[in-house]
Order: sequence, then C-alpha cells, then structure tokens
Amino acid sequence: MEDYSKLKAIAARLRRHIINMVVAANSGHPGGSLSAVEILTALYFQLMNIDVAEPSWPERDVFVMSKGHATPVYYAALAERGFFSPNELPSFRAVNSRLQGHPARGKTPGVDMTTGSLGQGLSAANGLALGARLDGQHQRWVYVLLGDGELQEGQVWEAAMTAAHYALDNVIAFVDWNGLQIDGQVNQVMNVASIKDKFAAFNWHVQEIAGHDFGEIFAAVEKAKEAKGRPSAIIARTIKGKGVAFMENQAGWHGKAPSPEQAQQALKELEVE
Amino acid sequence: MAKTATRDAYGKALGELGAENSDVVVLDADLSGSTKTAAFAQKYPQRFFNIGIAEGDLIGTAAGLAASGKIPFASSFAVFAVGRAYDQIRASIAYPNLNVKIAATHAGLTVGEDGATHQMNEDIALMRALPNMTVVVPADGAEAAAATRVVALHQGPVYLRLGRPAVPDINGEAYAFELLKAPVLREGEDVAIFACGYMVHLALEAADLLAEQGISAAVINVHTLKPLDTETIIRYARRCRRVVTAEEHSIIGGLGGAIAEVLGEEAPTPMVRIGVRDTFGESGKPAALLEKYGLTSKAIFDAAMKLLGQK
Repeated sequence: MEDYSKLKAIAARLRRHIINMVVAANSGHPGGSLSAVEILTALYFQLMNIDVAEPSWPERDVFVMSKGHATPVYYAALAERGFFSPNELPSFRAVNSRLQGHPARGKTPGVDMTTGSLGQGLSAANGLALGARLDGQHQRWVYVLLGDGELQEGQVWEAAMTAAHYALDNVIAFVDWNGLQIDGQVNQVMNVASIKDKFAAFNWHVQEIAGHDFGEIFAAVEKAKEAKGRPSAIIARTIKGKGVAFMENQAGWHGKAPSPEQAQQALKELEVE
Repeated sequence: MAKTATRDAYGKALGELGAENSDVVVLDADLSGSTKTAAFAQKYPQRFFNIGIAEGDLIGTAAGLAASGKIPFASSFAVFAVGRAYDQIRASIAYPNLNVKIAATHAGLTVGEDGATHQMNEDIALMRALPNMTVVVPADGAEAAAATRVVALHQGPVYLRLGRPAVPDINGEAYAFELLKAPVLREGEDVAIFACGYMVHLALEAADLLAEQGISAAVINVHTLKPLDTETIIRYARRCRRVVTAEEHSIIGGLGGAIAEVLGEEAPTPMVRIGVRDTFGESGKPAALLEKYGLTSKAIFDAAMKLLGQK
C-alpha cells in the first residue's frame, strides 16, 4: 500500500482554500470544486510535467479545466504548487483580481486555456494535443476535466469524435462524476448515462474509478498512457461537496458560498484530515 | 475586366503560405471544396484537419492549436462559422485573444440559390462587437490574397470575410494590403462612398454614373471594419459633406453602422446606408437578389443624388 499522506495533506489544504475563497468572495462554486480535489492534487503534485518558474514552457503537460466553474480548486492547486502566492487566493472574484470567476488564460499564471462556457474544453484539449503531435512531442500529455452535467453539451461529443478520429492518445479526460448539477440530479435533469458506454461507443479507452482514491487515479492514468491510438476517459466517481458533511451530495452547494458560521464548521471538519 | 472569387484567392494564398510558414495549420468543417482549403489539404495533409460537420468543435480545436503556438485558419461558410459557433468564438478565441484566423466564405446574399438559411448578412455586426477581434472584408482577389498573408502574421484573432462569386479585379497583382488603412480608390469632392467587399466595384461603377452627371464622388475601400480607419472616414466625410455606405450585409451593425457611429460622434454628416434592410434573403441568382434587395450601382447612385438634393 503506497503512502499518500503527503498528497492527502495537500488535498486537505486545497479544501480549506476552497472554503476560504468562496467565503471571501461570498460567491463561487464549492460543491464541484470539493469533488475534484484529489484529481487536481494528483495532476499538479505528481503527474504533470510543469515548471512553475516558466508557466508557458512549450514542452510542458497542459491541463484544461473544461468545467470552468471549479476555479476554487483550480486556483488553490496552482497557488499551492507555486504558480502564485496563496496570499492572493482571497482576491478570488474581486475586481482587479487575476483570479477571475472562470479560468482565463493570460490572466492567471498556470492557466493553459480559457473556459467557463461549458462544453468547450475538450475541443481545446484536442487542439493542444494536435499541436503537440505536430511538434513531434507525442509524450506531452493533455489533461482535461469535464463535469458530468457538462456532458449534456453537444460539443463534448463533437470533440469526443475528433479525439478518436485523430487517434489523440495524448488526451486524458477525467469526468468528475458527482451526479449533481444546478437543478438537481444529473439523471433527473437530463440523463447522461451510461457515460462509460458513450465514450466507449466513441472509440475511447475508458476506465471507471473511485475519484477520491489516489491509488486508483494513478493506476488509471498509467493505463491511459499505455492505451495507444485512442484517447482515454477516466470516469471518476466522486462526491459533490466531499469533505464537508453538510455540503456532501447537495446540489444546493453547486454555486453558493457558505455563511461565516457554516464556513467555521466546514473548516473545523477539514482540520481533522 | 478579369474576375476572381475572393474564396479562390484565399485558397491559393493559403497553399503558398503553407510552404512558407510551417506554423500555419488549416481546419475545415466538411466544406473544403467550397471554401477552397482543399488545395492546402492536398499539399499539407499533416497540417489540415477536417473536423466534420461540427462548427463548435472546429472553432474550439482551432483555439487549442493556437494555444500551442500554431497559426490556425478555420474555414466554413460565414453563416455556420459565425452563427453556429458564436459563443465558441467569443469564449475560446476572442476572450483569450488567441491567434486564430476565421476565414469564412459564402458571406452575404451572393450565395444565391441556397436561400436565406445560407445567406449570412449579420456576421460583420457579430464579429465587430467582439473585443480583440479584427474584421477584414476583401473586395477582390488580389486583396483577399494579400489579406490572407497579412493576417497570418498579425498576432490575434481575425475574421476574414470572403464571398462565393467572382468579382472584378479592381486592384493590381502588386497590390499592397495594409490592415486598417482604407485605400482611396477615387478622389472626389461632392460625395464620399465608403464600400466594402462585393460592393466596392459597384461603388466605382456608381462613381462613373455620377461623373456623367458632373458629380465628383470619392470612393473609399473600407476593407478593415475593425479597427476602423476613422481618420480617413472623418476626413472624407468633412470634405464631401455627404456620405453613402455600401455593403453586402445588413445595414444594422456593419459598415454603415460603424461609419454612422464614428460620424455621429465626430463629424455628423448626412448619409445613406446601402445594404440589406433588416430582412432575410431568399433563393435566386445572385444578380437577381442584388437587384431585388437594392445592392446595385444604381442604388448607390440614387442615394448620392438624393443627398445632393437632385432627386
């Protein structure tokens, strides 16, 4: 059994940043940020070949946050990784801040692609993957994180076709399968099941994992990298609001900030990690 | 006068550009024969990506290629490239200021028989409203070829509006295209005709008709709709005191709208806008459509006469 205590400690720090950021802004998206903490931690603290001193180093691995509302976890990861100081996180969503409500390439160090209008990130990831291939850099990995509700956007499936058609095996797409979207349960608002079968039908290499388990994330990425000639989808079962009891599995915490009292309670729970 | 379609000139220039600049990549959405990107595709198959009938993905993929340092030209018909993929252009290209060239063909009424669904008369308005976007509307083959080369080297998003039909070659082979700078094709004192794209050669015809009446009309080719050459526009409006605009586009938000905005603030001048008057087109031969919707040299002539109080 690998010891992931260091990564778990980072994940706990990211969760506390998430709460503090949305409280400071009194706005933002905690639920779908908390569900993606382990995926972002795995990417930025182990998997991705990046250089914080040179954020646009041409040979780096890139990440596209297609579910662009998950900026709290994204900025928390970038700050903890050293792209900018965590002291900047409280400026999230404030006027003149580099930390926009949704990711903005060119404004925030470390952000590789602008997103926020759902359904567009996988197309951009494909373009980045094609660019890497044209440059002869087949081992430059392009990671993308999609929401499960986001899969309702038709463009995701246009892009899924493109990734398979051009055999973009340097694309690794995570789906943050937390089962909830703004209006409620994904399977009641507009059912996207079976996510696994859909990607498989589009000729992707598909795996389903427990999305809060570092061991499963690393094993899946290793297999994804070995899948030649096909893009890889990693369908990660997660819990929206993970780590904060009163937020877990509650659609209401998709895009709402907790009160200062609720935040105290959340931070107390997250201390225990 | 020899004729060339701006889309043909674009396709040819793109093929040459492919040899000169290995960063140039081309994307299309199942219309490469019509948009004329097929020549590039044949010569440089590794740098050509057919995305299929999926314009949102076309634009998004182009954005990703630009983010990796390439110079993507993304082509489709104007109605699909702009209309279908507006939010993709806005969020994935214009906002991050990515270096994508959207080269859209079959703009305007001259699409002809395909009818209103395919006749894009609102694209200039939509593209002009986007921050960071440069908008270029070539008037003939030489200008389309030169503009293709110039925008490839321009850093930032560009909308290049191209047409289906052959248009008279009004610029010589050696034509030097400069972004922004609106060339004065004919000097005049009585009325200034500002035109773009397909309407430029008709503006020259109208100036000939006016000359027969002893009226001296200046003709200015406003090939760059954004940023606008406000200096030349204001200078000629002041000199001629009467302005006619002519575009193969809605009179709302395009060339006429842009010039009215500038003159309204800087140099209020009596003006008439020639263009599609807030209506959809229909099927028909291009010439018949231009006649029916009032996009003719005669319409420009009549507008000038009206401004001069001679009609």
